[in-house]
Amino acid sequence: MASIWRYILAGLGLAALLVGIVAAVYLMLPQPAPAPDISRSKSTANGLFVASFEPERGVIRQGELQSWLLTLKTAAGAPVEGAAITVSGGMPQHDHGLPTSPQATDYLGDGRYRIDGIKFTMSGWWQLRFAISAAVGSDSVVFNIVL
Amino acid sequence: MRRLTSVACLLALAALALLGGCGEPQFNDAEKKTIASLALNTLPSLKPDTTNQYADAPAAAALGSTLFFDVGMSRDGTVSCSTCHKIDRQFQDDLPQAVGVGRTNRRTMPLAGVARNPWFFWDGRRDSLWAQALTPLENPLEQAGNRAAFAHYIEKRFGERYERIFGPLPDLSTVPANASPLGTDAEKAAWNAMSAAQQDDVNRVYANIGKAIAAFERSIEPQQTRFDRFAIDLATGAKPEGDAAFSPEEILGLKLFIGKANCVSCHNGPRFTDNAFHNTGVPPADGLPPDRGRVDAVAQVQADPFNCFGKFRDGDESACRELRFMVKDGPQIMRAYKTPSLRGAADRPPYMHAGQFATLDEVMAHYSKAPPSVEGGSEVHPLDLSERERAALVAFVKTLSD
Repeated sequence: MASIWRYILAGLGLAALLVGIVAAVYLMLPQPAPAPDISRSKSTANGLFVASFEPERGVIRQGELQSWLLTLKTAAGAPVEGAAITVSGGMPQHDHGLPTSPQATDYLGDGRYRIDGIKFTMSGWWQLRFAISAAVGSDSVVFNIVL
Repeated sequence: MRRLTSVACLLALAALALLGGCGEPQFNDAEKKTIASLALNTLPSLKPDTTNQYADAPAAAALGSTLFFDVGMSRDGTVSCSTCHKIDRQFQDDLPQAVGVGRTNRRTMPLAGVARNPWFFWDGRRDSLWAQALTPLENPLEQAGNRAAFAHYIEKRFGERYERIFGPLPDLSTVPANASPLGTDAEKAAWNAMSAAQQDDVNRVYANIGKAIAAFERSIEPQQTRFDRFAIDLATGAKPEGDAAFSPEEILGLKLFIGKANCVSCHNGPRFTDNAFHNTGVPPADGLPPDRGRVDAVAQVQADPFNCFGKFRDGDESACRELRFMVKDGPQIMRAYKTPSLRGAADRPPYMHAGQFATLDEVMAHYSKAPPSVEGGSEVHPLDLSERERAALVAFVKTLSD
């Protein structure tokens, strides 16, 4: 009968070894850096507008020219019409700007502006900055996109 | 006692198996996803080129192939596209700078997958494959011809083939033998003396020459390599067999490529290029005129009458978004050059836009050290790779050639 206890002891030993190895591997994994705010809807810097930014076709495809929609509302929720929008941005960790010059090309009504010519050529952390000028005043907003 | 021994043996075996498992080449899920994104089987099918209605016409590709190899397509009858784009050398010439009628200041680019580029030449000074094909024809250092002479040559040698594809040739009987807006003073004078209608006729024939050559070049595509076989096996969970199995050094090189060395930031996707322009601090080549890369190309592509906005484009302007949304200024385009594909790169030294580096070892040493750019700012940062790591990266790049 004693031999059964030996098997159980051996099993326990093996289990302990496994747990130890798994724990060691887990501890050695690199810790992810704190992620930037990637919300797609936010108040502009001075709170003048609420801006939302979404890919027009719903998905982001790396390496392709895409159009996105920037939707602008006042804090009270009214659509912002006739806004002049300029776009800039880049990759903060790579010291380079955008590979293209996106522009606000169309006003689609209900506060929605088409931002065309956006291309993300590599994975990583991208920033898009919008300078917005409308009847109520000027403000800006930055969106983070992580691929 | 015998049982105790057998249990101890079992335990030892289990531990060995576990440790052995840890020693095997392993990639985490993120790495596996990146590796899969580089494999050739993810290359989408070639999109139609709406700016060239003949892009997928077999007769146009056949004529383009004839023209590509025809030394008659040059001023002195000695240079063709294939003089520098050699068919048995990945359509490049192994020289630091291409030599046509004269010596140029840029390295010949290989052509595998060229039809997938949004921009052409190292600096992107042309925006379509057919507009690119026209440029060496009139460059005095390359084919050194002029468009009026090319139109006459096409009529004389290939008139029937041309007309079957593009329709009737214009009346060229009063067009001067030699004339071009880009040629010698005499050629420019002859061009300026032509009527606008005649200039338009010649430009139309000239554009069609480019469209035929482009139709041929669309068939030149990258081939599967050892890396692709390895990547497919990794993705499907099969054990790589034969030449698809990577050595420990190649595994380390791949891990560095997609990890610590950041190569994959720009050399991404199944062609190992982001199709964009970067200043990576590559030094100028000795004895060449100043070269500012993308900065000067922006004005050139905007001024090109054969660009996407020009009247020789087929289809509508929706095909011109790359040109419309290109970066036109700013410090980032100073000495920025296109990210080249790495497929087949190990077999075609020297490297960089003017063949500055003779070997892949020199390329890795450059990126490891990351010296500042002579003009503009380099985007790359020192990596301080060990000799072993640099050798591993070279070993990995070689798997894209086998």
